[in-house]
Amino acid sequence: MVAASTDQKSLATFLRGWLARLGPFLGLILVIAVFALLTESPARYLSPFNLRIVLAQTVIVAIGAIGMTMIIVSGGIDLSVGSIIALSSVVTALLLRAGYPPTIAVLAGVLVGGLVGLVNGLVITGLRVVPFIATLGMLGIARGVAKWIAGQQTVNVPQTWVNELAVTFPTPSWLLLAPGVWVALLLSVLTAIVLRNTVFGRRVFALGSNESAARACGIPVVRLKIWIYSLAGLYFGLAGVTQMSRLRQGDPTVAVGAELDIIAAVVIGGGSLSGGEGSILGSMIGALIMAFLRNGCQQMGWPNYIQEIIIGGIIVIAVAIDRFRHSRTFT
Amino acid sequence: MAMIALKLFDIAKRFGPTVALDGVNLQLGHGEVHALIGENGAGKSTLMNILAGAFPPDGGLMEIGGRSYAPASPLDSRRRGIALIHQELSLAPHLTVAENILMGLEPARWGWLDRETARRKTLEVLESFHHPEIRPNRRVADLPIAARQVVEICRAIAARANIILMDEPTSSLQRDDVAHLFALIRRLRQDGVCIIYISHFLEEVREIAGELSSVTNDELITHMVGRSVKTLFPSRESRRADEVLLEVRDLSAPPHLRQASFNLHAGEILGIAGLMGSGRTEMVRAIFGLEAAPSGTFKLRSKAIFASGGSPTLRLVQGLGYLSEDRKGEGLALALSVADNTTMTRFSSCSRWGWLNRAAQRKQTEAWITQLGIKARTPLQPSRTLSGGNQQKVALARLLHQDADVLLLDEPTRGIDIGSKAQIYQVIARCAEENKAVLMVSSYLPELFGMCDRIAVMTRGRLSPARPVNEWTPETVMLAAIGGEVEAGNIISNGTMEEARA
Repeated sequence: MVAASTDQKSLATFLRGWLARLGPFLGLILVIAVFALLTESPARYLSPFNLRIVLAQTVIVAIGAIGMTMIIVSGGIDLSVGSIIALSSVVTALLLRAGYPPTIAVLAGVLVGGLVGLVNGLVITGLRVVPFIATLGMLGIARGVAKWIAGQQTVNVPQTWVNELAVTFPTPSWLLLAPGVWVALLLSVLTAIVLRNTVFGRRVFALGSNESAARACGIPVVRLKIWIYSLAGLYFGLAGVTQMSRLRQGDPTVAVGAELDIIAAVVIGGGSLSGGEGSILGSMIGALIMAFLRNGCQQMGWPNYIQEIIIGGIIVIAVAIDRFRHSRTFT
Repeated sequence: MAMIALKLFDIAKRFGPTVALDGVNLQLGHGEVHALIGENGAGKSTLMNILAGAFPPDGGLMEIGGRSYAPASPLDSRRRGIALIHQELSLAPHLTVAENILMGLEPARWGWLDRETARRKTLEVLESFHHPEIRPNRRVADLPIAARQVVEICRAIAARANIILMDEPTSSLQRDDVAHLFALIRRLRQDGVCIIYISHFLEEVREIAGELSSVTNDELITHMVGRSVKTLFPSRESRRADEVLLEVRDLSAPPHLRQASFNLHAGEILGIAGLMGSGRTEMVRAIFGLEAAPSGTFKLRSKAIFASGGSPTLRLVQGLGYLSEDRKGEGLALALSVADNTTMTRFSSCSRWGWLNRAAQRKQTEAWITQLGIKARTPLQPSRTLSGGNQQKVALARLLHQDADVLLLDEPTRGIDIGSKAQIYQVIARCAEENKAVLMVSSYLPELFGMCDRIAVMTRGRLSPARPVNEWTPETVMLAAIGGEVEAGNIISNGTMEEARA
């Protein structure tokens, strides 16, 4: 009898594990199915044409979510993403306007993000400010710096290949998807492998799961955190470059509130704000769920506020499911 | 044994006014097992933490293998070959068994995990324990508690440490695992590893000491206990009134608490002994409505109450008071003042229509500060700034201020200095004199024997019948706690642990 109950228990654990993994997938299919049924022309909603629009719309959130996943898995949070995106887009645009080669401008945009992430990491570990507050402060600082160096104006840029990074219909057409989408896909696969198969990746999970255990085991916790925030900052910087590319100008007031979309993508994808849980694949699906929702609402001609209400509701439901899973696993 | 592996000279450490270590000297040879015993708060864990690099000593010198040793961090101590097995589990629940065991030492090439090697190494260390359910790829969160402790021990072994510090490693182990652990200790010793073994349980220490020839009883450090226990406890005559204040019948809160029944008389102190994790805390929490208890009844002053559906709010009204074992976690609101903490359960004493009369609150608190000898400058001082012993007195002051009839005390003197202990014992004795009923859960046997009228022992969720204290000896309590049965002083063993004992 004992054996039977053990079997049952492990079966339940097994099912729960799969449900946790498949949950975001099921959510995505549900969202697509609902809108395909609601809209008058399901063929158009499901067409490759529309799919490309959705992907191009979500690429910024997706790139940000890759970095955010690392941070959230490690038990941290970063609220400064939106401001980093604005800052990096302004820096890239300024360098392009000043006549620097596009490669240098893009690299600088990415590195600025990494630099802000490094500062976040140093403040969190060195000054022992909790991540929420440290990055809340950075949210204001980075936004302010972006407005300052842009002279409170948008920065127009000359025509270069940077502008084509995130277009909906790329040239040459055999690319099928915008270069930015390919880059995001590549980076997400790469980061997923790093999180799964490298010492660094597993230590990120160990840190989020039990920080004091990680410290007791000799994991250099301080250095690890600085690395995590810096690396994530590079992703946020890249998201900023992509943002500039989409708008074809550097705008210091862009991406206000983007951090919430990005955190929502990670959380909907199974990331736990208490750390130790989350996956890149899940976060990507989370980003897609929100993109399909937005797109579906637009197709239906629903006003903006309806989208906001629905997405807000989805976030709460996703976290409620997360809590439910926790209460079952850790008692 | 001639080579000195570890040498401590005159190690001292104080926390605020509390002296934790006062000039400890220790010398260990290779392959030596050294047992440290001592009461709670005697400084054993502090010494371990200093050795493991968690914090530096205030004074003294350490040497490993003849070279000076001053760890700046846990990583440092790990590099010098020291591993600490914690009293409290410190595992990452989301990670697998293999990842936990090899945490910090992940086998890798160019940063890439070598999963096959990890698996092999994990299986190697797991071999010492026969736990089929511990597989390298299982998530630790899915393992039972005892299995998690095994994982914790395996982690220290995997580090190939030369010096292993074991801080109460058996607190949540089953008897079979304890035997495996002892076998392992013997093997490690042959490999020249030296082990510092901390335990509350003299019995356990004797067992290893008996098995390991190089450790004689003389080598046990007893000077850490070196305090007179005689003067610690107030003399009180056992005067058990006939009135039963609290009658508990078949209380259960699975999986930790299976069955508990007892009567608690007015003016009585009833002690609950048992190992950590045996269900003692769960019982007290279930009575107070903090833990769901699906079955069981109790009577308070002969009025029947059902255990299910209780809440702390209801229990407070009914006259029960609870002192948590976890002072920082749920005992006190550390950021709030002494006055707020003291009056929290009975704000009605200093408020009207929801308006707090701060002058009255302050005055009432001052009275308790004087009466309990709390070292606080003012009632408005944040509780966080008090020492552990004084914080505990504040928690106790709240119970007294609440004026509860039944006091449920869970580890009332854990981790506090000896002076505060003596004062708290006096307060508890006075409560009994005032005809309150006291239930006292403790891991510290002298405290139970020094204070209680009767003692009952909790073993794996089952509470033994309560017996007068003079019918128990520390040995019989210990034996009952590990699962033997005690019948009028005779030892009747049952289950699997008897053979090892017999």
